[in-house]
Amino acid sequence: MARIFAYIVHKSGVSDDSAAELAAAARKIDGNASPVAVVTGWGTDLDAVCESLRTSYGEVWKVANQALAYPNAELVRKALVNILPHGCVVLVPHAHFGIDLSPGLSIKMNAAFVSDVLGIEGVDGAYLKLVRQEFGGQISAHVRCDTSSGAVLNVRPGAFKPNEGAPLNGVVVDKSADVGALTAGRCYLETVVAEAGDVDITKHAVLVSVGRGIQEKDNIAIAQELADTLGAAVSCSRPVVDAKWLPKSRQVGSSGQTVKPKVYMACGISGSFQHLAGIKGNPFIVAINKNPKAPFFQVADVGIVADILEFLPELTNKIRETKGVSV
Amino acid sequence: MEILVCVRRVPDTSENEIQLNSAGNEIERDDLVYSINEPDNYAVEEALQIAAKAGGSVTVVTVGGDDDEEVLRREMAMGANHGVLISDEAFNGSDGKGIATILKAFVQKGHYDLILTGIQAEDGGAQVGGMLAALLDYPFASLVNSIAVLDGGKLKVSREIEGGNREMNEIDLPCVLSIQTGINEPRYVGMRGIRQVASVEIPTFGASDLGVDAGAVGEAGAKVKRVDYFVPALGKGAEILQGSREEIIDKLIELMKAKGGLN
Repeated sequence: MARIFAYIVHKSGVSDDSAAELAAAARKIDGNASPVAVVTGWGTDLDAVCESLRTSYGEVWKVANQALAYPNAELVRKALVNILPHGCVVLVPHAHFGIDLSPGLSIKMNAAFVSDVLGIEGVDGAYLKLVRQEFGGQISAHVRCDTSSGAVLNVRPGAFKPNEGAPLNGVVVDKSADVGALTAGRCYLETVVAEAGDVDITKHAVLVSVGRGIQEKDNIAIAQELADTLGAAVSCSRPVVDAKWLPKSRQVGSSGQTVKPKVYMACGISGSFQHLAGIKGNPFIVAINKNPKAPFFQVADVGIVADILEFLPELTNKIRETKGVSV
Repeated sequence: MEILVCVRRVPDTSENEIQLNSAGNEIERDDLVYSINEPDNYAVEEALQIAAKAGGSVTVVTVGGDDDEEVLRREMAMGANHGVLISDEAFNGSDGKGIATILKAFVQKGHYDLILTGIQAEDGGAQVGGMLAALLDYPFASLVNSIAVLDGGKLKVSREIEGGNREMNEIDLPCVLSIQTGINEPRYVGMRGIRQVASVEIPTFGASDLGVDAGAVGEAGAKVKRVDYFVPALGKGAEILQGSREEIIDKLIELMKAKGGLN
């Protein structure tokens, strides 16, 4: 198998959780692999990240360039094309940066590209057998990838468990001189931080979270009534925000808020991995969905196959009755 | 501004339960409801809004077969000026790079200032826009959730990054952008609008029209191939509550009390 490189995403001098996951994915491809971490950036933050990776990678390629202080995918791509050997396999976390970088990188390396890889089932010569999901996670697929001229694989965050083993004592290799001139047709200006919303869903112990199954804006009231009865807040998945039924600050997921409730009620939410990535702290999850194939049922503790528009009002009424009796 | 939007007709996951076929290697496609890929629809709306302000026209293009004409007509009913079908048996089985290669050949036959795609389709590939940009040597931005036209052949675009934050960028035209859902509110398309474009002729281009080397695309050129579909052996999964509605609710209330969700 070809040499394997892992592109390390980092921020403020700390590498992303995906760094260790990519090392694990590399060893799934080749048990004897000694994957190389590639880190681009600038200044003391970059040095700190490279140093921290020496325990999980035998070799860390450091690419220091002021133009790479903020990770602009076009500039990073040009740097990588200049330093990576022909025919290698590059692993990148499948998140907003990987989505920006990897398809174009694969073209410039003349390599195969597979996005959102969540399993590696085997190697047959130059062919990799990979696992992906389609239809919003409703079904899985095996994909055969010809790596004979290299491959770029975007790896789903959280899909590979980091290896447990003795820490390595890797070396940092400075590749900064090899990146060449870096110019791009896209220029980073600034990051606009999300506005705080009316309700802080990250502070609530119980969330009644609604998805596409709520069907229209007026039906949000059904979820709000249940939430009021429970002393909970209403959160949601992306389609509800896209439809402007709730503000962005109520969205749970990788592009929204990360929540740590005790109880999470997923109502009419299919359960995409981007949504699940926003639920931390191992809450008790109740999934209510009329589609028995909804991926949320795979991760929930309790599932109810029902139309939330009927089920939620009945549940609210019953809880009110119960409370009425106990008072 | 001449804008090209690459669209795709896909099974609508909000309307369909995806099932394996009896052989267990394909999905059951007979009863699927198809529609425009949702992010592509946002891309078309965005193109229409830009063209309304900056002038120019909007062309929608898809690589597919005769059945895919319906989504072109739908987007034309929304207001797109032109629809183009790219279709050839040689294109069947193309991977992402194959589709991008075909689209590149089409783009080079015209003059487009801005090319939009949806962020991803039902297969979650999120790849064609970035590949097309690289093949054309155009700048690219993914997950775009706002676009403003600046003077001097540039756009200001924001990208959706983690935690609801937005990454602001300036990007040179011509460029390729992949559009995230929620960027706008796509206009409603009524039956009347669809009827008005029902008889508009949609030009079709094949491999020879575009000068695409058939060996570089389709099954023959694909480095990435789906072997089969399967339903993974699940972990524990949820305990599905059974019984009458009342029994289910009682059981759920007990569980919520036990887990701290109800006092």
